[in-house]
Amino acid sequence: MNAHNNLTRRALLTGGLATGFVLAFHLPLRAAVNEPVQPRDTTEGKFAPNAFIRIDETGRTVLMMPQVEMGQGTYTSISAVLAEELDADWGKVEVQHAPPNDKLYGNPTFGLQVTGNSNSIRAWWLPLRKAGATARAMLVQAAASQWGVEPASCTASKGEVAHAASGRKLGYGELALAAQGQTPPKDVAVKDPRDFVLIGQPLKRLDTPDKVNGKAIYGIDAILPGMKFATVAACPVFGGKVGKVDDSAAVKLPGVRKVVVLDDMVAVIGDHMWAAKKGLEALKIEWNEGPNAEITTKDIWDDLRKASQKDGAVAKSDGDIAKALASGDRFEAAYELPFLAHASMEPINATVHVKPDSCEIWTGTQIMTRVQSEAAKAAGLPVDKVIVNNHLLGGGFGRKLEPDMVIAAVKIAKQVDYPVKVVWTREEDIQHDVYRPVYRDQITASLVDGKVAGWKYKVAGSAVLARWLPPAFQKGIDIDAIDAAVDAPYDFANFHVEYVRAEPLSVPTGFWRGVGPNNNVFAVECAMDELARKAGKGPIEFRKSMLTKNPRMLAVLGQVAEKSGWGQPLPPRVGRGVCVQPSFASFIATVVEAEIDDIGEITLRRVTSVVDTGIAVNPDTVKAQIEGGLIFGLTAALYGEITIDKGRVQQSNFHDYRMMRINETPKIEVIVVKSGEAPGGIGEAGVNAGPPALRNAIYAATGVALRRLPIDRKLLAAGKKA
Amino acid sequence: MRILGSLVVIAIVVAGLGAWIIRGPGPLDFAGGSKVALADYRAGKPTGVPARLEKASLVERGEYLAKAADCMVCHTKPGEKDYSGGLAFKLPFGTLYSTNITPDKDTGIGNYSDQDFLNAVQHGKRRDGARLYPAMPYTSYTFMTDEDVLAVKAYLFSQPAVRAKAPDNTLSFPFNQRWAMIVWSAVFNPDTRFMPDTSKSPEWNRGAYLAEALAHCGECHTPRNLGFALDNRKKFAGAITAGWRAFNISSDKATGLGNWSDQDLISYLSLGHAPGHGSASGPMGEAVDHSFSQFAPEDIRSIVAYLRSVPPQPSPDLPATTAPVAPASHRDGVTADARGKKVFASACASCHGWSGESPVSPMATLTGTWAVNDPAATNVAQIVISGTRRHTPDGALSMPAFGNAYTDDEIAAVANYVTARFGTKGSKLTAKDVAELREQTAE
Amino acid sequence: MATTLIVNGETKSFDAPPEMPLLWVLRDILGMTGTKFGCGIAQCGACTVHVDGRAVRSCVLPVSAVENRTVTTIEHVGSTPSGAKVQKAWLEAEVIQCGYCQSGQIMAAAALLAATPNPDDSDIDAAMAGNICRCGTYVRIREAIKHAANGRQS
Ligand code: FES
Ligand code: FES
Repeated sequence: MNAHNNLTRRALLTGGLATGFVLAFHLPLRAAVNEPVQPRDTTEGKFAPNAFIRIDETGRTVLMMPQVEMGQGTYTSISAVLAEELDADWGKVEVQHAPPNDKLYGNPTFGLQVTGNSNSIRAWWLPLRKAGATARAMLVQAAASQWGVEPASCTASKGEVAHAASGRKLGYGELALAAQGQTPPKDVAVKDPRDFVLIGQPLKRLDTPDKVNGKAIYGIDAILPGMKFATVAACPVFGGKVGKVDDSAAVKLPGVRKVVVLDDMVAVIGDHMWAAKKGLEALKIEWNEGPNAEITTKDIWDDLRKASQKDGAVAKSDGDIAKALASGDRFEAAYELPFLAHASMEPINATVHVKPDSCEIWTGTQIMTRVQSEAAKAAGLPVDKVIVNNHLLGGGFGRKLEPDMVIAAVKIAKQVDYPVKVVWTREEDIQHDVYRPVYRDQITASLVDGKVAGWKYKVAGSAVLARWLPPAFQKGIDIDAIDAAVDAPYDFANFHVEYVRAEPLSVPTGFWRGVGPNNNVFAVECAMDELARKAGKGPIEFRKSMLTKNPRMLAVLGQVAEKSGWGQPLPPRVGRGVCVQPSFASFIATVVEAEIDDIGEITLRRVTSVVDTGIAVNPDTVKAQIEGGLIFGLTAALYGEITIDKGRVQQSNFHDYRMMRINETPKIEVIVVKSGEAPGGIGEAGVNAGPPALRNAIYAATGVALRRLPIDRKLLAAGKKA
Repeated sequence: MRILGSLVVIAIVVAGLGAWIIRGPGPLDFAGGSKVALADYRAGKPTGVPARLEKASLVERGEYLAKAADCMVCHTKPGEKDYSGGLAFKLPFGTLYSTNITPDKDTGIGNYSDQDFLNAVQHGKRRDGARLYPAMPYTSYTFMTDEDVLAVKAYLFSQPAVRAKAPDNTLSFPFNQRWAMIVWSAVFNPDTRFMPDTSKSPEWNRGAYLAEALAHCGECHTPRNLGFALDNRKKFAGAITAGWRAFNISSDKATGLGNWSDQDLISYLSLGHAPGHGSASGPMGEAVDHSFSQFAPEDIRSIVAYLRSVPPQPSPDLPATTAPVAPASHRDGVTADARGKKVFASACASCHGWSGESPVSPMATLTGTWAVNDPAATNVAQIVISGTRRHTPDGALSMPAFGNAYTDDEIAAVANYVTARFGTKGSKLTAKDVAELREQTAE
Repeated sequence: MATTLIVNGETKSFDAPPEMPLLWVLRDILGMTGTKFGCGIAQCGACTVHVDGRAVRSCVLPVSAVENRTVTTIEHVGSTPSGAKVQKAWLEAEVIQCGYCQSGQIMAAAALLAATPNPDDSDIDAAMAGNICRCGTYVRIREAIKHAANGRQS
């Protein structure tokens, strides 16, 4: 193995030093972050040993969140990690969104303040523990010196330092000022996991009480004095521009304040969203649709299929693939995945106030600092004149890894002197997304003695990384798109992975919950089922025979077989399908049980997932993330597809971009395995599991080997040929 | 020779008789009173524009009449410029595209003289001499006065010229033989101007002119005969047009308008909604939005007076009374069709309620509407497939089009569930039926 | 032209076009942002409020239709018995992820429990299928509604 052809993102992002180096090498910023002890805040009146912890004289403990909360429970998990080592009183912990600052809050993996790729806990696990432990040590020192005893003779727990010998106790609040004067220890020890009191407990989430009573504030809820409201229409054709705008009717409407014409977008500002919306409807806009006005989904697929015939850049090659494929029983298949929109429940929005010498932004974003620098460019101001106030996100799913909505809002706000809240309608949100790319994954394999002897896997699709983080795109390989392809869990002696970059005509692509592994896990697990059938073996038996070097995977697979009742008889047209996946350093095995009726309609009966994510910081959050991720992925498998006609997205809202609902939701059982390994990522893993497991259940129930998503129910009617 | 001659005569007589039988009565023959030439009618002014526009410019008068004749809907493809044509009419034997009637000289009607325009509108004859297909309702417009037709022309010529060539029609043989329309027209176009009926009130006569010459109600609401022309023996008895059911608007008490109050009719025509009778959608929704809603109130009242006089025609396939409000709980009432119920719960119940009485808008109330009481469920399925977007005085009311994300099976199931729950008799649509309905309306 | 509403027990007067949906009145005029915008076409349920105790989608409800009727929003539903039970059950079951849909989910669930104190799965489906949760919290929503119902009996 050499570092160049084994750029696996999982390895890269699990935090190992050697692999972490790869990205870091290109990102000078990284050197500044990931320090166990962060610069101290010197504000008077509180203990602020680093960028994450603030304790005031009353004992109020505020933790600064370097990652953003978009539902994945990270505020609670990050707090638990900090509070664990700090020995804080969990009941007194409060969280605050961190301001933009890569130096202080940059994600140690990326060197940027970004939340994504299910790596918040993975990346921050050690740095935050050290930050907490350092603060605790300083508090203990402060108490010890006050009492004139050895720090080692003191203990800390639940926000108090105690000296057992003398029975004295001091609360963190009482110690705050003294602790602020202490010198931070150089190399602080972190706890032995056996001593954890918070980590590993199913903690109640810190962000939920305000989410049951309407008090939680998302970006879309920002309210400012004198604020007005805007909504936008972008050119329906990707890449098109505004031609002529006749606003004579719009400006006459009550409540309409101003029509703002940008290069590729028109906005109407009004006294409220309704006025803005009405105003927008009353505009007569002529678009210069540009060169993309005739593009259709078919053109894009024709292109991608053609591109996928090319040889790709080799990402990994072990053994002799040509020889291996020349022997045994040959299998070939191509799996195709559609464009997908994110459709987070909170529609795209940003509130901006541009003043002559500054710009302030209120929004929910996964990329605080990038938003700040892009806004600065759009406003024509230095970066330090841009204030970004982050908020809770009503779902992120990768859409808010983009700054486009903020840039547009700044350009709109530049035209007025009051703050303006720009909210996209759901229709704009769906039709001007950055879409999960179309992928075509080809697998060629050979079977010898009932096992895979050779495995050649070629991924063709868009390179999101090349746009999003150019330095990470090297030697023609998008390490995201092939992540779980190079990381296939099985023992494949002759193993070859290639990648062909193929950007779809005109359609912007981006990260989508589950990221690269979405296409890889689907292709690998579908192919494994087809190969198992070819080999005359059961899907689980076949997989097990090739997981001999992967004990964690083998273990979850064994457990899921048992918990899902694998092998127990089922009625006709009901099937079980399995999926195993090594995504985001978690090991997950999933079984979906589904019924396909005579006309091809699908009923999900039951889903069972067994998860080994290492140390589960908050096991209940792990469960919740898998449950939600499964539904997210199954929704896509059943319904998800963005199609293009005349250069435009044809879907627009939930009536034609369909979501799974409660009356389609099966029983879901998630079992979290106890483990002492370093924590893995979990926010996206469930997404990857649903589609292949469902597809394999359909394969078992009907014999139809689907190779495209979304599932075409027409192919599943009784009597259709397998 | 003589024998041959008499055979020819007999043949002509038989053909003529046949044509006469097929053609049946004219649209106003039911009234039975004596007709006079317009010029001789002194009791009122049935043609032209309402009093308030009497002094208006030619273009303004033309605008009112063009809207009353609803030129725009057929001559505008959604998303394209007004009157630039290109709207597809799916017929069983191919697709027709409406023409560009903007004053563009190359692709529109910019070169039409007054006579050319009269020929097209009243006689179905294009400027180049070719015959129009009766998708263009010239057999109704033929009743318009020259003056009114030319006012419409003046209005159209005041509009921006748009260069837009409609796609070629895709009719199959023999329907692609335009010349055959000469014969059709000879038989079926009455080719006569409106003649007032002296036995009726001036209001009725105005209503008759508006309904027959301009609004061309019969084109959708009167069944067609073998020759694909209106069969006025069953005047306003209802028909399927373009995949939608145009309901019975005769004065039949059970299945027509006989039991509607004047206020109901006025409200339905001018707002597209009458309490307890539901809302106009599909083609009727468009007719209300673009045409009836623009009518002067006295013109709406005239149409109502006229509609009331049309003899009752029963629709045996419709129930005599519509179903009452469904139970408030999903548990009570119809329980069959689990799939239909599932779709209803997901996509429909929020607006329409489990009882059929909408919690958000009377316009979304299903109870009492013909659509859900039609055991064929034609319009229910159509509206689920293509949705509706209405421009009402209180802002747009829309129902999204579910056709792209729900399968034919699901749409059939929800239509069957809805008609069973909120109507008198559940429909039995299949996926195949839904597929056919999609075909009929697909652009 | 002033419109008057009774929202959460308080009388509010303001100027708004009669056809303006209640959602935007609540959020943009009255500054009550607990009620969320998700789709604007009654397909997601994020904007659910109670009008005379019934769950209604405020994004398609013209404000003129609720004049002088009783509107309850997420900010106040905790003061109704079923609302309080639902909120409690929601916290106990840790239903919430991003939370954006949850105002609507809670309002729908509270209306369900007020009308049907012991709902079974079919009642839950009928009342809750109009509410989308993109984070996929459905399993827990079902659980929490049942907890809330059981709590009522004790
Ligand atoms: S915003 Fe009202 S239902 Fe979606
Ligand atoms: S909790 Fe995020 S959408 Fe429901």
